[in-house]
Amino acid sequence: METMIKAQNIKKSYKMGKTRLDVLRGVNLTIEKGRFVAVVGASGSGKSTLLHILGALDRPNSGSVFYQKQDLAGLRWGKLNHFRNKEVGFVFQFYHLLDELTVLENVMAPAMASTSSLGWFSLRSKTRKKAHQLLDRFGLKERLCHKPYELSGGERQRVAIARALINEPPLLLADEPTGNLDSRTGHGILEALKELHGEGQTIIMVTHDERIASQASRVIRLIDGKVQE
Amino acid sequence: MIKWLLAWRYFFKRPISILAITAVTLCVFIVLVVMTVMNGLVRDFKQKNHDYAGDCIIEADSLVGFGYYEDFIDLLLKQSYIEAVSPVAKGVGLLSGPGGVRNIGIEIHGINPILHSQTTNFGQTLHYQKQTVSDVFRPQYAPGRNGCVVGIDLMGFRKPSDGSYYHPDNPIPLELVVNAFPLNIKGGLQRSLDLVSTKSFYYSDDSHSGLVRVDGAVVYVPLEQGQILCGMDVPIKRISSIHIKFKKGVSGRASVGQVRQLWADYAAQNADKPGGDLFANVHVQSWQENRRSVIAPMEKEQTMMTMLFLMLGVITVFIVFVVLYMIISHKSKDIGILKSIGVSISDIIWMFLLFSVFIALIGALLGSAAGWGFLYKVNDIEDWLYEHYEWQLWNRSVYAIGEIPNKVEMDVLAVIIGSTILACMIGATVPSLQAARKKPVQSLQVNQL
Ligand SMILES: Nc1ncnc2c1ncn2[C@@H]1O[C@H](COP(=O)(O)OP(=O)(O)OP(=O)(O)O)[C@@H](O)[C@H]1O
Ligand SMILES: [Mg+2]
Repeated sequence: METMIKAQNIKKSYKMGKTRLDVLRGVNLTIEKGRFVAVVGASGSGKSTLLHILGALDRPNSGSVFYQKQDLAGLRWGKLNHFRNKEVGFVFQFYHLLDELTVLENVMAPAMASTSSLGWFSLRSKTRKKAHQLLDRFGLKERLCHKPYELSGGERQRVAIARALINEPPLLLADEPTGNLDSRTGHGILEALKELHGEGQTIIMVTHDERIASQASRVIRLIDGKVQE
Repeated sequence: MIKWLLAWRYFFKRPISILAITAVTLCVFIVLVVMTVMNGLVRDFKQKNHDYAGDCIIEADSLVGFGYYEDFIDLLLKQSYIEAVSPVAKGVGLLSGPGGVRNIGIEIHGINPILHSQTTNFGQTLHYQKQTVSDVFRPQYAPGRNGCVVGIDLMGFRKPSDGSYYHPDNPIPLELVVNAFPLNIKGGLQRSLDLVSTKSFYYSDDSHSGLVRVDGAVVYVPLEQGQILCGMDVPIKRISSIHIKFKKGVSGRASVGQVRQLWADYAAQNADKPGGDLFANVHVQSWQENRRSVIAPMEKEQTMMTMLFLMLGVITVFIVFVVLYMIISHKSKDIGILKSIGVSISDIIWMFLLFSVFIALIGALLGSAAGWGFLYKVNDIEDWLYEHYEWQLWNRSVYAIGEIPNKVEMDVLAVIIGSTILACMIGATVPSLQAARKKPVQSLQVNQL
């Protein structure tokens, strides 16, 4: 199977005054296209850190990440923005929606980000339609014009997933998408992800819940800063 | 696209942008009002000095004056760039009412009223005889007698409230005695019959130039009589200055240079004649040079004001800087989100720049409108304050200001608005640069704390 993303000997540490905290001590990973991978590990084991590095939101101290054979360390400026905008969709543990924008605008934001003001006029209706479809699919049809702070946690997380999918990225990265939700809502989110996976979406999901991890097609464990399957 | 949307939303959703706008509005308001009033005062004052002096002045430093002026005036009148020329005999003296009551120190200016009003704005400074300048030295109530024109502040016609003057319908019959100290050609007091020459004049009109030192000191008399009073009639006829008006459209600077050359040649030719040594004291000056001593302090004041208000501009930049800094540190999470969805650094900076331009534009607009409105009403406001609280910005019995200048100049306004926008953009650049440089993860974590 074709490789989607590959991590080679990733190391990441944080300096806390005089002590050094080694979070990732040489992570090696290869994830193929169309997989639904769960990353599990104890709290503080570096799951989020790893996911950030895979999504080019952070850089490792050493080691490299290859996205479809392209080394992320070699990406600069425009290329890097293109990668974050088009190639990956990131779902954060704490939703991270823009409070000033409505639900609909939040979902459309990545599409707006990559177009000029003029270009936007031609793309607007198409993007809007797609955003409607996504929100409809996640059961948020009635909440289009609400502000994020007017929604429940589960609703916000679904908006965040819709946002991550608007540009149809080949890779979806989700950091504990169910972490802050009760089990029923969490289950709904999981079902949605499974459905996406069924459609061929590659997903890497961080979780500390073994039950949720067992639903994935592959489980990766982070222990002592290294991968154990 | 997203930069426009977010800049717009930030602008409307944040109470803090109202604070920033208020700060900008106040600054623009103050700067506009002060600049307008200050510029107006300086311009007005310069204009009055120009009106008073003409374009170019050939003047003797000493009260003795200089001679052989008639030929030179003929020479001047032959020049294509010269419109009119007026000789003036000046001296110091005392003015007293009938019976010797109240002696006031004055400057005597002997003029030819027609030439003088062709050269300077003299004719327009008159009250009764604006239209009949040639008759200005013939009192309307006694045309046969010697008339004089008195600086308006010597007459005490001034209303303290708004600085305006009142005049009776006709000039009041009034005999004024002028005592002068005639000087001989060596500069000593002339020893004729008396050390002081005295002559009665009849008040025929007053002159209102708007210059305190002129209106409060000068008494105009006919040229020949001025010369007699000041001892400038013997042994050679002398005057103190020649005022020159240039033709419209000629360069003042170049023309002054030409006159200077003409004068140098003429003085050299006549230096050997009796009294030729007096030429050494004579200077050819443009009106600006001639009136420098009074204009310069005013200009200094204006420069100082401009400096002070530049500082205000710095404070505006600082306020905008602080406001944007606060907004941006509040919005650190948003910056992280934007970066994580691939918004470029330049778009993020642009977003905050746009936001600051909105603030600048709205602030400048409100400030200009408020300033314009205030200036439009400023004279009414001042009158009202005087009527109710006897308070005046400029005490009209001291300052020669009729109305507070309130004409907003478009170029001043444009400069103010332009610099406001620039200032706000500068204020926004630093914090947005700083924010945009952070890694997305860093920005996202800050807000979780
Ligand atoms: N910017 C930072 N500076 C210092 N230490 C950090 C920083 N970011 C993360 N860490 C530390 O790195 C370790 C791993 O953090 P990370 O967020 O990746 O854990 P996690 O596995 O996602 O945990 P959780 O399940 O609680 O989300 C933690 O001990 C954390 O304190
Ligand atoms: Mg985490």
